[in-house]
Amino acid sequence: MSGTVARGLLRRLLYALIAIVGVAALVFALLRVVPGNPVATLLGEQADNETVERISSSLGLDQPVLTQFANYMLGVLRGDFGESFMLGKPVAELIGPAFVNTLWLALAASLFSWVVGIACGLIAATHKSTIIDRLFMGFSLLGVSLPVFMVAMLLQYVFARYLHWLPVTGVSDWTGYILPAVALGWGLAGSIARLVRSSVIEVMQQDYIDTAIAKGRTNVQVLVFHALRNAMLPIITLMAMQFSSLLSGAFITETIFSINGIGRLSVQAIAGRDIPLLQGTTLLCTFVIVMGNLVADLLYSVCDPRVRKGA
Amino acid sequence: MAEDERELVASSNANERSSSLLRRLSKDHKLSVASLVVILLFALAAVFAPVLTPYDYDAISLSDRLAPPSFEHLLGTDEGGRDVLTRLLYGSRVSLMVGIVPTMLSMVVGTLVGMTSGFFGGKVDTVVMRVADIVMSFPSMLLAMVVMYTLGGGTANVFLTMVCVGWAGVARVVRAETLRLKQNEYIEAARIVGVRRLRIMLRHILPNCLPTIVVLFTLEIPSSILTESSLSFLGMGVQPPSASWGLMVSTGREFLYHAPWLCFVPCVAIMIIVLAFNYLGDGLRDVLDPHLRGR
Repeated sequence: MSGTVARGLLRRLLYALIAIVGVAALVFALLRVVPGNPVATLLGEQADNETVERISSSLGLDQPVLTQFANYMLGVLRGDFGESFMLGKPVAELIGPAFVNTLWLALAASLFSWVVGIACGLIAATHKSTIIDRLFMGFSLLGVSLPVFMVAMLLQYVFARYLHWLPVTGVSDWTGYILPAVALGWGLAGSIARLVRSSVIEVMQQDYIDTAIAKGRTNVQVLVFHALRNAMLPIITLMAMQFSSLLSGAFITETIFSINGIGRLSVQAIAGRDIPLLQGTTLLCTFVIVMGNLVADLLYSVCDPRVRKGA
Repeated sequence: MAEDERELVASSNANERSSSLLRRLSKDHKLSVASLVVILLFALAAVFAPVLTPYDYDAISLSDRLAPPSFEHLLGTDEGGRDVLTRLLYGSRVSLMVGIVPTMLSMVVGTLVGMTSGFFGGKVDTVVMRVADIVMSFPSMLLAMVVMYTLGGGTANVFLTMVCVGWAGVARVVRAETLRLKQNEYIEAARIVGVRRLRIMLRHILPNCLPTIVVLFTLEIPSSILTESSLSFLGMGVQPPSASWGLMVSTGREFLYHAPWLCFVPCVAIMIIVLAFNYLGDGLRDVLDPHLRGR
């Protein structure tokens, strides 16, 4: 790896670290701006001041905010995210399994969106300005415009009421991920299709495409090995960013399909005013997004030698 | 100096782009014009809601609850016997306002920050962009939920939340555009001639950024509408008895299998308005600012 690339990587890592610590500090501050003692809210009106103070002290809530933040971040480095107010368990024990569920959902949704998105984009690009192009791009725009909760509930309604092929809530086995994956992936496929179409059309105008055709390659060979390969750069970046965004939890989809993922856990933490749990899920989500963007940046450098060599 | 400035302004092509916009849109982007008409119809329906429907949006009538669409109640009634069409019309006020007003505020804040940061550069630029990075590193729904947790529910807080979440993306785009425009010779000429920096920003950079800002505005509105619907769906946005489409979907979800129209009618309304703004934004972008293509 050349010196420039290594320096660039270190700089990006530093910015990523600043972003993560910055977000942690922002959330920490925001959650403490809320009026009222969270312990008092948790214990209810019956609790006396002495009990509230004792429990606040044991949770470290009576210390200065900066001290609390420093202690929290040191704990995070040791893998200690505090204890959930609502459930009384270590936050790390709760977010671990939830993240695994979200990971499976993210993989399933991504796979669906990549296959459907790339296929639709390619078909639209190769039939540019025809009725097929307009149809597929219309579908893509529809995908991007449909609210996720609408697709999710429509799927639930159709499969629960009429089709009975797939489970509509929970994930007792892999089939439970299919409907949520479609609900989530549908909109993402729309974005990918639009980008694939514009990217492939741009690449098809390059000289090397004419060369490939002149060399006698078939249409499919030209499309896959020359056009798509070169058009994939911005598409890969989008796919990486979408994947990391999915990993930070699909709040609505997980709530509707009752999947115990990071998104649903965050929603429950907010509803239950559970600060440690919310801090834990937020930190994890931010870490995932920042790392995902970093990976997307690196993928771009790896795939495009022009970026790597600073051309 | 005033005369030099006039020449410089004339040499900038801001005026060219804004002329006959509607004519250029209607020539190649008929769907965009149709979308504009749809949006205007929704806006008119929102404004004239009391005239268009004889019912009150919060008039409870338990004997009529969960009635399917009929001649008396064109879109049926909800769990409180309230007319769904009425709640849809009044809800459109909230949903449209929350789509447009906070987006406009985000545009203003983002433009000010992005243009200043891009124009002055240096340490100011670095610090501002790091802050924007931090805001953008947050999953936007999660940031919105945390801010709503802090502020509490309600329409005004939803406005504030959306501005807090939305300004960073705008700032980045406007900064990039400012950096691009700063390279132009007429900007350098203005600086040499001695025009004050604030004046350069307002008279030369801002008008040339406007097409980008307008397109971004139109494309961000659907995102804002979806964010508000999602927040209200999760119970963190607009609170009852106010009507908002997201809230209607959320309360209707309980009756998904018995009274599906309660969920799907507001869903379709959201879909139509978001689609309309997306088509309009696409058309405007193709006509005004091809640089943004592929967003």
